[in-house]
Amino acid sequence: MRTISFSQATLEAMQEEMRRDPTVFVYGEDIVRQGGIFGQFKGLPEEFGDRIRDVPISETAIVGAALGAALTGTRPVADMHFADFIGVAFDEIANQIAKNRYMFGGQANIPLVIRAPDGISKQAAAQHSQSVEGWVQNIPGLIVVAPSSPATAKGLLKSAIRQNDPVIFFEHKVLYPQKGPVPDGEYFTPIGKAEIRKPGTDVTLVTYSIMVQKSEEVAMELEKEGISVEIIDLLTLKPFDTATILESVKKTHRCVVAHEAVVSGGLGAEIAARIQEKAFFHLDAPVLRVGAKDRPIPFSPVLENYIAAQKDDIRKAIYAVLYREG
Amino acid sequence: MPYQKKEFPNRFTALQKDAMHNLLRTMIRIRTFESRVEELFLNKKIPGFVHLYIGEEAIATGVMANLRKDDWITSTHRGHGHAIAKGAQTDRMMAELFGRKTGYCKGKGGSMHIADFSVGMLGANGVVGGGFNIAVGAGISSLIKKTDQVAVCFFGDGASNRGTFHEALNLAAVWKLPVLFVNENNQYASTTPTSFATSAERIADRAKGYGIEGYTVDGNNVIEVYNAASALIEAARKGKGPALLECLTYRIKGHYVGDPEKYRTKEEVQKHFVENNPITRYINYLKDKNLITDAEIDAIQAEASSEIAAAERFAEESPFPEPEDALDDLFSFSPQEFPEAVR
Ligand SMILES: Cc1ncc(C[n+]2csc(CCOP(=O)(O)OP(=O)(O)O)c2C)c(N)n1
Ligand SMILES: [Mg+2]
Repeated sequence: MRTISFSQATLEAMQEEMRRDPTVFVYGEDIVRQGGIFGQFKGLPEEFGDRIRDVPISETAIVGAALGAALTGTRPVADMHFADFIGVAFDEIANQIAKNRYMFGGQANIPLVIRAPDGISKQAAAQHSQSVEGWVQNIPGLIVVAPSSPATAKGLLKSAIRQNDPVIFFEHKVLYPQKGPVPDGEYFTPIGKAEIRKPGTDVTLVTYSIMVQKSEEVAMELEKEGISVEIIDLLTLKPFDTATILESVKKTHRCVVAHEAVVSGGLGAEIAARIQEKAFFHLDAPVLRVGAKDRPIPFSPVLENYIAAQKDDIRKAIYAVLYREG
Repeated sequence: MPYQKKEFPNRFTALQKDAMHNLLRTMIRIRTFESRVEELFLNKKIPGFVHLYIGEEAIATGVMANLRKDDWITSTHRGHGHAIAKGAQTDRMMAELFGRKTGYCKGKGGSMHIADFSVGMLGANGVVGGGFNIAVGAGISSLIKKTDQVAVCFFGDGASNRGTFHEALNLAAVWKLPVLFVNENNQYASTTPTSFATSAERIADRAKGYGIEGYTVDGNNVIEVYNAASALIEAARKGKGPALLECLTYRIKGHYVGDPEKYRTKEEVQKHFVENNPITRYINYLKDKNLITDAEIDAIQAEASSEIAAAERFAEESPFPEPEDALDDLFSFSPQEFPEAVR
């Protein structure tokens, strides 16, 4: 094991996949000259020449062309700069990319990856802070992943690039500089499989991306109070690993889902629905959701903190499903 | 890059001396505001992202001098200069940048979302190319309401490559909307030189494709900008339809405060700052023609400095919003009226 940053881990995934397969290429805005805002593309131009390209500010073209390129024998990785700009290419994602294989009766592989840096960071305000997995959750035909650590970032990005279907890769901006252990040698993090970050017996806490570490901190603190939390890191948000969740809930009988995105229409709603469909009689409490309040992300730090889900919200939800005062 | 010069009627010479001085005043107010904002950001008084307008002051100034208060503009992520020139107050702007309750957006927006609808400044925009069609909509509104209001859309060279550019210009052209599209070609879109990302030799050349007039001017010459905007805005107001005005300028500061700027040399920046500073150029012109005295220039500088110092004090002394204020302003109705809609 080595200790490297999240951005370095994604860079390694790109290097390994680009070395292995000359049809893998990456393009986006302002990624060549300064190596990406988080240094996640540093060194690729020197090694791979024009297989890494800067594009004009034309997200519709970036994402739309990724489909055309994927249909015709390459494996594009499109960088969105900020996940918020998925809005600019939403038709390309929702009506073209996601529907192509099915609508044409399974004629083509669609091996493309859309990298989408998301989340709240540095008071970037309403149009640069969103977690938009909810936007794409409702679209059949997409695979959506969200790593929580350097190790899962590398493993998931490699799997995403090898996948013959469109994958949206949400990478939280706060995670980029964070360091963590990463296995030596080649490995893959499987798409569709959740990982249990911490086994526990009292409450199942389903989470992903940046909220995994917040959940771990809360779980450590609660451990001291004798509350044993099992943390499930989803990793793949669509199609997510229902089996692992159900197995855990059947053991703990209680569940909280925590994400940074707004609660309404979020992933928590889908998870809660699946649990009550499949394990209703195992539940000792309603499934609770933790997420941002239903507002755009405001600029002022006071306001941003208030809207964003905090560790304390996770703690309170856990107390609530345990019917404890907190 | 060479371009065809268009001779617009020289309306500038018809201005009173006061109005000529006002152009200088606006440019200096913008420069002073921006210079202080840069320091405040570096001193961590201002959070978020800040994109400075330093070096581009002549464009907002020359265009806005031709607009009425009831005309509209749409702005960009680099919007402080547009706001000031359109008549926004620097104290409430500064308070917004500080995240205070007294700011234009009550602390919800910050630099990238500065707006003052009361003077027709319809908002900075965090999404590049997000303003084109808002300006088109304002133009439609002018037609529907049968007023003679005009909308001006400011946008960067980078933004001209968004698909929204095409849809907006075409619609404005076919409906003959009173919209002026003002391109601020500052040679860069973030790290990317304009020539690298833009196929047309001149962004103004694209006007041909929409059957509208398109011109390129020296965007660091406030007189040229003023004269061109004057002619094109008047035409738009009279129902002659939209036009595209490309203003050549140069982004003196990094893309945002804190940009490592690895994509260009310090010498390149310095050369532009020394040789092509719109404020110095205009002062030299006015002095040459005996249209301003040193004492008058000093007075304008001093006024601007004290205005911006006062703006900063106002911001500093203003309270932060209450956390719960974050819940307000989502809809026209209050949470009490319709709790389910605003959980
Ligand atoms: C749709 C969209 N894509 C990308 C970005 C990121 N971004 C912000 S400003 C910018 C460059 C804009 O260049 P230009 O339009 O020339 O304006 P300038 O910054 O030079 O004033 C980019 C790429 C964005 N905010 N919105
Ligand atoms: Mg530019």
